[in-house]
Amino acid sequence: MAKRTFKNYLFILPALLLFAVFSIYPFIKIFQLSVYRWDGIMPTMKFVGIFNFKDIIFHNPIWWRSMWQAAYITLIALTLQNALALVLALICDRGIKFGNGYRVIFFIPPVLSGIVVGLIWNWIYNGNYGLLNHWLAQLSKWTHISYFSNLERAWLADPRTALTSVAIINMWKGFGWGFLVLLAGLQSIPRQLYEAAKVDGANAWQSFWRITVPLMIPTFGIVSIMTILGAMQIYDIIVSTTGGGPAYHTEVPITRILAAMRGNLQFGYACAMGLVFGAILLSVSLIIIKLSRKLNPLAG
Amino acid sequence: MSKRIISLLKHSFMILISAACIFPLLWMISSSLKTQSTIFSDMSLFVLRPSWQNYITAWVKGNFGIYFLNSVFYTVTIVGGIVLVSSLAAYAFARLEFPFKNFLFLLLLAPMMIPIPGGFVALYVLLNKMHLINTRIGYILPQINAGLAMSIFLLKSFFEKIPRDLEDSARIDGCSRLGIYWHLCLPLAKPALAIVVIYNTLYVWNEYLLAMLILSDKSLMPLTRGLMIFRGEHVTQYPILMAGMCIATIPIIFLYLLMQKHIIKGVMAGAVKG
Repeated sequence: MAKRTFKNYLFILPALLLFAVFSIYPFIKIFQLSVYRWDGIMPTMKFVGIFNFKDIIFHNPIWWRSMWQAAYITLIALTLQNALALVLALICDRGIKFGNGYRVIFFIPPVLSGIVVGLIWNWIYNGNYGLLNHWLAQLSKWTHISYFSNLERAWLADPRTALTSVAIINMWKGFGWGFLVLLAGLQSIPRQLYEAAKVDGANAWQSFWRITVPLMIPTFGIVSIMTILGAMQIYDIIVSTTGGGPAYHTEVPITRILAAMRGNLQFGYACAMGLVFGAILLSVSLIIIKLSRKLNPLAG
Repeated sequence: MSKRIISLLKHSFMILISAACIFPLLWMISSSLKTQSTIFSDMSLFVLRPSWQNYITAWVKGNFGIYFLNSVFYTVTIVGGIVLVSSLAAYAFARLEFPFKNFLFLLLLAPMMIPIPGGFVALYVLLNKMHLINTRIGYILPQINAGLAMSIFLLKSFFEKIPRDLEDSARIDGCSRLGIYWHLCLPLAKPALAIVVIYNTLYVWNEYLLAMLILSDKSLMPLTRGLMIFRGEHVTQYPILMAGMCIATIPIIFLYLLMQKHIIKGVMAGAVKG
């Protein structure tokens, strides 16, 4: 029997080994390093207790600024992007010709790398020969309204538009994913419910609010969590467009952690940043899970 | 009448959004065929005299040939590793008995639930200690590990659906545990394996952060990292950069179109279950 058990363990051994080395060890290491001051190279580490955390929370305005900027990108993803995704999913769910074709096309941006997406948009937004400015110029030529050509600018270099421009790239890349998940949720709603509501004299608006929305609460919960985790940890799009600039206007938490690690060689500080950020993300996710359980009419 | 108008409005909206999805890509492709002198003046999508030379320049002088082969190599080895390691473990969790089974299962799935945004700092320290910085193996192993949680989760629930009678009859025929896993369960799990392969392929092909942190030799870099290096060194050579971007993008779009049914099924299955 013992031999059998041992043999069975062999099946999970490779997974466990990899997991122990590349997940558990780093996980413990973050906590350990976060209470030290260490440049990542020298063998000497100085124990500083909770100093790193105190400094991050109370004396690091750029860190909090990066957090709010990521929150702004996330807010746009949660509202505009998911609203668009929901509208598209509703149209597809009601049955539309070429529905499958649209579905395939909407999911193209999500399969691209953030680096390529950033580099393409970098050029669309370019101040000198970007496509957006080109179109604005054409538009103002046709309509004789100078407002459009006055909008022309280096979108990613202008502090007033940089963050929103990045948020729009993120939205372009992300809505197709939300669309697909929401569509899956919509399609799992039994059709008979809608038919029964129709028989009882409910109009489309009523059956949307009374059937679709309540039954979609769990899906909304998942989409919200995934959107928040994805957008808050945005990095590839930032690094391939603005790199955090102009003057910190598009800095996000991941770029700050990297800057602490590579720029300032403060490995302990960078780990503490990661923990603060992780704790925030975890609590937001837990709140949403709680909320969606409470709102879900089918759960307890 | 109103039904027709509504349908027309719906389709116009859908087409508009579709165009917004595809246009930047078409523009990237057409820009990759323009020359340094026409690229800033000619804004049209159709290129009359395509300059295929850009691709040769990108492939040879821009190093994209090496980056491309590296990306292929990393994707094949990492995804192959994930499939092998995760299917073995998933089979054990679905079918075999051993102490602490549930605990170990939840432990392996924990990364799906707990976000560790600073994990790469500690991972860098670890790889440095193991002398794996700037090595292929140092880039491959952490990514095999990163793909395990979701793949084990997916495959386990699939293995559980395979009828036990099938396995019992195989065992009576003298098949070992390993034999049942390899000859019976793995071939039956093809639909689930397809999802595992395509998801992890997309992820690995597009990975950037780890490549940026640990790879500093150009001969080791994948495409995403190579693109950023090229942009840093040759800011103004837009047609070549665009050709490099096409080299990085077209294979993955091709694969996506080929496998789109599995991808869409995967997203939907994951969403409904979660």
